[in-house]
Amino acid sequence: MLAQQFVNALSLGCVYALFALGFTLVFGVLGIINLAHGALFAVGAYVALSFITGLGTPLCIALILSFVVAGVCGALIDRLVLKPLRQRNAPHLAPMIATISVGIVLNNGIQGFYGPNNLRFPPGVLPEGTLIIRGIHLTAIELTIVFLSFFLMAVLIMIVHRTQFGRTLRAIAESPKTAWLLGINVEQMFLITSFLAAGLSGVAGLLIGLYSNALYPLMGEPVLHKGIAAVILGGMGDIRGAMLGGLFLGFAEVLSVAYVGSTMRDAVAFGLLFLILLMHPQGVFGKVVQRKA
Amino acid sequence: MNGFENFWDIYGNLALSIGTNALLALSIWLTLVCGMFTLANAAFMGIGAYTAALLTLNYAAPFPLTLMAGMLVPAAVALIIGLPTIRLSGVYLAMATLGFGEVVRVAIINTESLTGGALGLNGIPPLTQWWHVLLSVMGVTALLWRLGKSKTGRAFNAIRSDETAASLMGINVRANKMAAFMLAAAIAGLAGALNAHLTFFISPDEYGFNRSVEILTMTILGGIGGLPGPLLGSTIMTLLPELLRGFSDFRLIVNGLLLLLIILFLPQGIWHLARWSTWSRKRGKVHA
Repeated sequence: MLAQQFVNALSLGCVYALFALGFTLVFGVLGIINLAHGALFAVGAYVALSFITGLGTPLCIALILSFVVAGVCGALIDRLVLKPLRQRNAPHLAPMIATISVGIVLNNGIQGFYGPNNLRFPPGVLPEGTLIIRGIHLTAIELTIVFLSFFLMAVLIMIVHRTQFGRTLRAIAESPKTAWLLGINVEQMFLITSFLAAGLSGVAGLLIGLYSNALYPLMGEPVLHKGIAAVILGGMGDIRGAMLGGLFLGFAEVLSVAYVGSTMRDAVAFGLLFLILLMHPQGVFGKVVQRKA
Repeated sequence: MNGFENFWDIYGNLALSIGTNALLALSIWLTLVCGMFTLANAAFMGIGAYTAALLTLNYAAPFPLTLMAGMLVPAAVALIIGLPTIRLSGVYLAMATLGFGEVVRVAIINTESLTGGALGLNGIPPLTQWWHVLLSVMGVTALLWRLGKSKTGRAFNAIRSDETAASLMGINVRANKMAAFMLAAAIAGLAGALNAHLTFFISPDEYGFNRSVEILTMTILGGIGGLPGPLLGSTIMTLLPELLRGFSDFRLIVNGLLLLLIILFLPQGIWHLARWSTWSRKRGKVHA
């Protein structure tokens, strides 16, 4: 029983982690709390649904498409909304409010286009089959989610810590102005970061759509709240932190449903968040930024 | 007069919603002015609403007393929550208060015997009169205006522009922040208590994350440069969905687009622009 819960928690945690990764990437590099990230999550899921039902696209191609389309949406948000705000030297809450507005537009756009009802993937699309190891049921979807998530996370960590691109990214996270003085094309990096982050969110959306087989326009909202909690748990802007925070939250949630009661699910997630902030506000991996007078 | 009565019958509730939203916007404005970015205002509103509604329903308490309780209980909770959280800064305070807000929501859902759980409280007598709301908005606005002129108000401004410098000047940063946080909680609680006796029904979902974000949007949209900002912002945010009824299904999309355009072209908020243009006309200076 415990092992089975472990599997459920791992798949849910992986989706949270993927989502939180994009969120934390945007926060770390652009310094923006992107509240449209939940809407991008829904965009990814609905795009895949459209391609699968409309054109009969195979699932693996739909995955790539949802990454690309959500990513392009994210890049557009950066170019059309966040860049003008940066150029106007907007106060630091303005970009956040702008992303809220973008989220409203995207969520209601989806609702206008697809209707408010729950939609499902047509039968036969989802990978069938269950692996049973010592009484533990592993569905093909769960395996897909876990492997794909870990693959994407590994790729991202490799990129950030091992490539020239990643070094540039970390330089910008440290200080955009200094990075610019050193000859880094900061705007281009912002654009690429937005693309990657939104793409990860889109894939996470498709994965949770496959997992629960129910798509609805506001599906990103609860995940957005959990994603924020995961990012805080791990430390804002920290990639390892977002992954572990997401996984941890998945476990906390599944285990509290299994052993405490389903109404306490959110209380566990946010109660933990609250406690962490009281005791260790910078999160598990966060750094304390001491201001020098 | 008949025409006005007719108008009031239709739009009275909308006008009163503007009033309660204005109170909420003012409450988050107060914390922002003191340099704190909190997202707990919806939770304090909920605490105020539940306190007042339970007093009315269970003890038939007189209305002024329930309003008082609806302000005092959130302020007391703010004191307890503020003690550990006030020292957090920037985004961390926002997230801690957000976490607190969710804990409040879940706590209301799980204390079914007292609060009716997820189904909410039904049949709250509509005791709020128009003048209650008007008086509250005017009173709170006057109080905040007076506060802004006082030593405390200047201390808030100093803390917002530079916390370290403010503390070196001998300002008790913690005490001032706590005062702003508690007063903001009391104002939000008042809004909740008034609103509960206006809408007949309250449920925990009204006081979640989205509500907090909506309140924040009102204030940022209006501009935090002065008291007219939150008043303007809350009026626009309340009226906009009603004015856009003609767009039917696309109403909320247009709503979102308009908010986006306002924030894109007036990133400092609406009120800031008004002040800036009069300023530039007087001095004849223009700079980007």
